[in-house]
Amino acid sequence: MNSAISLIDVTAGYESTVVFTHLSLEIHSGQFAGIVGPTGCGKTTLLKTILGTHTVFSGEVLLNGQPVNNVRNKKIGYVPQLESVDWSFPVTVEEVIMMGLYAGKRLLPWQSKEERERIHDLAEKLGIYNCLRQHIAYISGGQRQRTFLARALINNPQFLVLDEPTSGVDIKTQHEVLHLLGDINSQGMTILLTTHDLNAVASHLPWVICFNNGVVAEGRPRDIFTNEILAETYGSEIIIIKHGDYYLIANSTPLNL
Amino acid sequence: MQFFLEPLSYSFFRHGLLAAVMVGALCGLIGVHVVLRGMSYVGHGLSHAAFGGAVIGFVLNFNFYVGAGVMGFLAALLINQMTKNKKIKSDAAIGIVTTAMFALGIVIISQQRTLNRSLDAALFGNILGITGFDLLVIGVVTTATMIMMFFMYRPLLFTTFDNEAAQIFGIKTEVVQLLFALLLTLSIIVSINIVGVTMIAAALIMPAMTARMMTDNFSTMQIYSIAIGIFIGAGGMYLSYFLNVSSGATIVLLGALIFSLSVLIKNIRERNILRANLHHHGNLIHSHPRNGRHHTRNNTDETVKKK
Repeated sequence: MNSAISLIDVTAGYESTVVFTHLSLEIHSGQFAGIVGPTGCGKTTLLKTILGTHTVFSGEVLLNGQPVNNVRNKKIGYVPQLESVDWSFPVTVEEVIMMGLYAGKRLLPWQSKEERERIHDLAEKLGIYNCLRQHIAYISGGQRQRTFLARALINNPQFLVLDEPTSGVDIKTQHEVLHLLGDINSQGMTILLTTHDLNAVASHLPWVICFNNGVVAEGRPRDIFTNEILAETYGSEIIIIKHGDYYLIANSTPLNL
Repeated sequence: MQFFLEPLSYSFFRHGLLAAVMVGALCGLIGVHVVLRGMSYVGHGLSHAAFGGAVIGFVLNFNFYVGAGVMGFLAALLINQMTKNKKIKSDAAIGIVTTAMFALGIVIISQQRTLNRSLDAALFGNILGITGFDLLVIGVVTTATMIMMFFMYRPLLFTTFDNEAAQIFGIKTEVVQLLFALLLTLSIIVSINIVGVTMIAAALIMPAMTARMMTDNFSTMQIYSIAIGIFIGAGGMYLSYFLNVSSGATIVLLGALIFSLSVLIKNIRERNILRANLHHHGNLIHSHPRNGRHHTRNNTDETVKKK
């Protein structure tokens, strides 16, 4: 399998704080992988390092074999954490999707006919066609996630990177989003996401990377989700209940009702 | 009609009106980005830095625009550089850099013991003393900014909305930020003679905030903001003529009045829409607002419960 993203002996962090050291990791073309780990373990730093917006202290980050900062057109689609979006900003769903085309050569503010057709086709595929003219604050959590997914996909990227796509939405929407990502991946796109939701990962993602200031383990959820690996990743005991092909992962501390 | 034509017989009024209209459009346009970037304080700060530069320019026998322009742009670059350090927030950087530059101007004035007329105008605005050269400078800056912002619409919108995502999507965010800082500095400098250092922030913010109350669409907000800026500029000029009060201050006060009206109208409109959407089902009150969500309220209970 071809390597889409490679991190070779990378050390990265913020100013004087090192977040991870000597990290080596490979994401293959067509892979659908999720990074899980506790808050503050460096998941977002890892994503930003891959996206090329974070300077590394040492080591190399390669995108299709080329140093990430040398690649002019990275062909990466990015979906930010919904919590980081300014929902009061005066833009419609259509304008947000359009932003995915703004790095192109067109200088005129308005859409070309071809751009409009691309947006409408994609919006229809993602089920948000009817809310294209709505302000982003007035749509549901699932529609918001799909809007930013559409912005990431509009330019036909090779890689899709999502920061916490399952946070801040209900279980049904989580399920829909992960199914949608599965469909997109089945068409050949490489997808990497971070999440806190181990149950969603166990039931939807084919590959998991347990991360805590470095890779603790990686593999298929059924191989990776063991008490030992999760305890090492999260630093606390986690219960795994197996029911047929299904997994339920829970904190070992019972609710004090 | 005579009411509007009579002041136009004076050349000082014609010059002032033209300057106020151009600056109103300019501040209206650039103010949209200033407001949406949460940089409202930067207009206030940069005008103070520009004043420091104007004083230095005066002492060194430079043109007002050269001194103010160099110092204003230097301040914008310094603020940009300082905020790269995550420990220094932008409001702190603006406060430190621009106040220091303003203080430098005050120190020089206290040494010189004279306050040149153009410096006095820079502090409080002197729209009636606008010269033909001032009009030319304002016209060139307004036209250039309009053209630049038209062709930079896409990268500017994306960087204003989410700078980090814009960088990931391939926008040269550093170049966009630098060009925006340059346009903002130029706009502030040419506006100083109209409303003065002390009131420039209001001229930048009020049209944009009023427009924000009227629309949820970015491009419409820009058009409304320009139109409101022009209206406030022209309306303020006529009002100041008939009331015989300071033009800069009248423009700002008219802006504040229109903004207050827009907030009031928005609140009344939203209340009316909500009231129109409410309907009774037995002892329940239902609401179907434009987001399509269904709210239910018990008639005896004031608390709105989401279904």
